[in-house]
Amino acid sequence: MFSFCTDPSALDGLDWLACYLTNGKHMAFWASFGTVILLLLITAPVALAFGFAGAIAARSHVLPLRLIGRTYTAMVRGVPDIVFFLFAPIAMDQGFEWLRHKAKCPDWDAPIRQGNDFVVCAEAKLPLSASPQWVHETYGFTLAVIAFAVVFGAFAANVLFGAMRAVPHAQIETAGAYGMSERQAFWRILVPQMWIYALPGLSNLWMILVKATPLLFLLGVEDIVYWAKELGGAKTSLFAYPHPDWRLYYFLGLLVFYLGLTKVSEVILARLTRRLSHGQATVAGEAQRKAAA
Amino acid sequence: MSCLQTIQDYALRSVGIGERLLPKSDITLCEQVTLIGSGLIWNIYFGALALLFGFFLATGLALARNARNPLLRKPADWFIFVFRGSPLFIQFFLAYEAFVLLPRAGFDLNLGFVEITLATSWLTKAWAGALIVLFLNTAAYSGEIFHGALRSIPKGDVEAADAYGLHGFSRFRRVIWPTMLRLAWPAYTNEAIFLFHATTLVYFSGFPAWRQKGDALYYASYFADKTFNPFIPYPIVAGYFILVTLVIILIFGAINRHLNRHLPQTARPKMKFRLQVIR
Repeated sequence: MFSFCTDPSALDGLDWLACYLTNGKHMAFWASFGTVILLLLITAPVALAFGFAGAIAARSHVLPLRLIGRTYTAMVRGVPDIVFFLFAPIAMDQGFEWLRHKAKCPDWDAPIRQGNDFVVCAEAKLPLSASPQWVHETYGFTLAVIAFAVVFGAFAANVLFGAMRAVPHAQIETAGAYGMSERQAFWRILVPQMWIYALPGLSNLWMILVKATPLLFLLGVEDIVYWAKELGGAKTSLFAYPHPDWRLYYFLGLLVFYLGLTKVSEVILARLTRRLSHGQATVAGEAQRKAAA
Repeated sequence: MSCLQTIQDYALRSVGIGERLLPKSDITLCEQVTLIGSGLIWNIYFGALALLFGFFLATGLALARNARNPLLRKPADWFIFVFRGSPLFIQFFLAYEAFVLLPRAGFDLNLGFVEITLATSWLTKAWAGALIVLFLNTAAYSGEIFHGALRSIPKGDVEAADAYGLHGFSRFRRVIWPTMLRLAWPAYTNEAIFLFHATTLVYFSGFPAWRQKGDALYYASYFADKTFNPFIPYPIVAGYFILVTLVIILIFGAINRHLNRHLPQTARPKMKFRLQVIR
């Protein structure tokens, strides 16, 4: 990084630290913070979409659809989320490979589960064993994103389902009286009004999502926890930058990072709440109206 | 090998009683159910003890946050912020690394007349180290719940207590504390359920499972690795945890009825069995 970093053993003090914190592995560490943010930014909208679909399914008049929606929303209540995080990626991986196996190797006659092994033909492997490293990493990350989206979608479905029921019924009835169809009343009256009721739950969910991101480590993604363990461990003089066991300081750094992230989220969500309360028939909305008048 | 034999061998495996080697090949359903159930002992141990100790610290924290003296209020604010604002997973890692750095041989504490050695190695074991983290974590979350409840105690209740000449500790014990519990109980039930779910993180976060004595999820992931089939062990864990959740709801529901027993039948707040997913 810096020109004076060519011979690390000759450095000391701040120069040493500057070179140490900008070496190749640390650059990967800093980039992994980006991985966490990326996961948050992708997962949040996808999970919200899953949740919206789940909430609509749970309200459906069609019995099988309603059962699916209710099961999906109920699923996260009794079972630890980490069980889903461990289960979903490997289950999806096997599911995809099985589907591809059925499609690509129809004349394969050996069973897929042989004792303690899961065997599919070589063309059905995901990703193909010949593909480069980044494909494997992206595939792993994608599975992780889907796992997060499924679990947090179920949480979000719970929140949105409650929010849809919280919108005063008179609003829907009025829409009906104006001649709107059920679909029109849903999209034009219910959906725009439900967000303020959903917001406390959704902001909490965002906080839980932020605090669930270190679980990426369990899914085999090289995230900040992985690098903190890797870089913090004691380095002997064989390494360019030898140091004793510094994992405590690395994890302290992660702690501070997460505290900052939650604090910033809190501030932004508080602003959003103020914004969404505007013009609503709630106490907060009424207070804003009075303050303006 | 019959299922009864398996239960004898593995039912208490997680606490070190029974067969030493875990099943390696030809894993039966019975072995999975037994061993994962045996791991549940640890989840209940962590959850129950952390909840019990955490309850008292949480009450203290709630009172401290409500205090006028900033020397009491500020530390409680910070404690709650740190433990609620950061992931439990990171807290486990941090605590483990901190405990490992303590001198292995222990401290020599000189009390003047006698010298005692404080052993520290037990802190790096999951049964103690992880319990401490869970205890502090749940205390912070419950402290916030209790604080909210404390602030929403009806003004009239406190004024009535004053009118009866109650003050200081007796006012707290007879009026404020029971009302606080009554208001906080539904949210506290939720927190208890989440705490039990959080206990599954222990063996995935630095704390080693010594001699393969782990919790339910530890054994489930062991089986998933060995059989390469996630569709059996994880649903078993899920089933066990649904049972645990139901038991918690039953126990906390009974306590809720006890707390509200003086109210007329119609005025009693019902425990909502639609649990919130909010922690």
